[in-house]
Amino acid sequence: MENRTPLVEMRNISIAFGGIRAVDNVSVDLNGGEVVALVGHNGAGKSTLIKILSGAYRRDSGSILINGQEAQIGNPRDAKKYGIETIYQTLALADNIDAAANLFLGRELRTTWGTLDDVAMESEARKVMGRLNPRFQRFKEPVSKLSGGQRQTVAIARAIYFNARILIMDEPTAALGPQESAQVAELVLQLKADGIGIFLISHDIHDVFDLADRVVVMKNGQVVGTVSTSVVTEDDVLGMIIVGKCPPGAVPGPGALQLANSVKAG
Amino acid sequence: MSLPVRFLKATELDTRMLGMLAALAAIWIGFHIASGGLFLTPRNLWNLSVQSASVAVMSTGMVLVIVTRNIDLSVGSLLGFIGMIMGVIQAEILPAWLGFGSPAIWIIALAAGAAVGALVGALQGYMIAFLGVPSFIVTLGGLLVWRGAAWWVTSGRTVAPMDATFRLMGGGPDGAIGAFWSWIVGFVACAALAVMLIQARRQRRKFDFPLRPFWAECFLAAIGCVLILGAVAVANSYPWPAGIVRRYAEASGITVPEGGLFISHGIAIPVLIAIGVGVVVTFLAKRTRFGRYVFAIGGNPEAALLAGINTRWIVMKVFVLMGILTAIAAAISTARLNAATNAQGTLDELLVIAAAVIGGTSLGGGVGTVVGAMIGAVLMQSLATGMILLGVDTPLQNIVVGVVLVVAVWLDTLYRKRIR
Repeated sequence: MENRTPLVEMRNISIAFGGIRAVDNVSVDLNGGEVVALVGHNGAGKSTLIKILSGAYRRDSGSILINGQEAQIGNPRDAKKYGIETIYQTLALADNIDAAANLFLGRELRTTWGTLDDVAMESEARKVMGRLNPRFQRFKEPVSKLSGGQRQTVAIARAIYFNARILIMDEPTAALGPQESAQVAELVLQLKADGIGIFLISHDIHDVFDLADRVVVMKNGQVVGTVSTSVVTEDDVLGMIIVGKCPPGAVPGPGALQLANSVKAG
Repeated sequence: MSLPVRFLKATELDTRMLGMLAALAAIWIGFHIASGGLFLTPRNLWNLSVQSASVAVMSTGMVLVIVTRNIDLSVGSLLGFIGMIMGVIQAEILPAWLGFGSPAIWIIALAAGAAVGALVGALQGYMIAFLGVPSFIVTLGGLLVWRGAAWWVTSGRTVAPMDATFRLMGGGPDGAIGAFWSWIVGFVACAALAVMLIQARRQRRKFDFPLRPFWAECFLAAIGCVLILGAVAVANSYPWPAGIVRRYAEASGITVPEGGLFISHGIAIPVLIAIGVGVVVTFLAKRTRFGRYVFAIGGNPEAALLAGINTRWIVMKVFVLMGILTAIAAAISTARLNAATNAQGTLDELLVIAAAVIGGTSLGGGVGTVVGAMIGAVLMQSLATGMILLGVDTPLQNIVVGVVLVVAVWLDTLYRKRIR
């Protein structure tokens, strides 16, 4: 376990927007079949870090390794080539086109003539949507007419359809009711069993403890620490989020509260 | 379900489009009655179709521009500039090299115009997509620049006459394909319609999707064919004027029988060009990745970017396409006038935008159809023609057109709110 090459390794990643270091020297890793939760306050840098991995932002420094190999990720298309799929918090759906068109956006199925094969895309969309939400039937309507849960299902379907190896879920249950959230949780466990590595961003600490194997806590763009959910309590993690205090059993990061250490040393 | 609702559901016709056609029909019938039977004549409808062609061609591109949340205010000036260049090439430069009336002249002139249109479109598109200057500003600058450039080509001198072959693109008795070929075009269009319906039905069956009832398919095919062949019949029942018939008869050694010789105009070439452009741009918009991306960018630019679409490149290509379409419109317009003037196309940008917007293109982006914009262009031209027939003063014409534009968009807003 210890010597296995991680599926994803992000090393010393930094990015600044106009002088503000949104992500500051962050290193995280993720193994296949593992769920790693990223938690922290709004503005802690979670979504920014994840957007670097998904190709939406270009990092200022640091490196990304996929299966131990240096990966060149300059745009979302590159990331998808490495099997990195993302469910964004905003869902990132084009509201004026239908579910199938969104599902295949950027990767359309085409006929031998090179034209769009809408019928084949709808057929595939029906299959994958049927797996996630068997009652969904509104394939002809633009996604702006769908409910929040249905839109979320479209976003999730898009991420899992293309055989992702690495899945990034940014607040995947934010728009969902309890029943649909449970469905997503079930899906996460199923994908995990299939050997997919999942980065999960969530504000819901219960979700995190239900689903994640490890938790990475971020604060002010830095990693406070990384802990295994099996060795700490929810309160420990809340302590990391709020004051940056690492409990015993955690691997402290550069953002950990330094005061405790210096007091101990003194 | 009431009968009309069931009917619309079965045929899957777009209610908004039906509303537009109804408005067009109302305008036509209204003008026909008010003018004492002058509007719905083959002659007037034929002229109406020719006069709509130039704006209709540009409106197809404007739909895509507006769908990507941009605007192009420069098309009228650009039309003048390209018209001038095509005019000078065919009337002053090429005859010296190739001889007067050489068959290559119109091709070279048109190709040069299209190239200029594409280049200007690329330049404006680059500034909008890659340098991030708002399209309103870039094309507002273009409106001034290209109008000035049009003047510059000949220092304001009008260029005439155009090449004889080039002139066919503008319509007139020569610039129409005659009765026989018009019927051929009509039958081919009907056959294409039938093939499309059958193909769509076959595809749906293959994937077990719900099918339209069989009667609805037959109804659509029948109504489509009636409309197509009806339009051909109208174009064919507009005869050449007696003077041109006499000249034609003398030239080909035919004696004109008692009561005159009936020679049909048939469909005008500019109208064929406009329909061809409409089909091609609709194909681009609906059936290619380019079109899908254009609409996705309009719906949510960020989502399009995150999906890995090169959104800047797509926006730039839309402006290149707009430039080429403007060149085609310039060819139609200069050919029809048989001259290139530096004022040509003045205020056309507003007619083109109005046609697109009346045709259901939303200025918010993401929504619009090419067919709608073309019907919008015909609708605008119908208003203008009808008011001229009624002898309405020009200032009042402008007032009416302005009011119609605003009311049409208001009604559209109401309609969209209701269906949401």
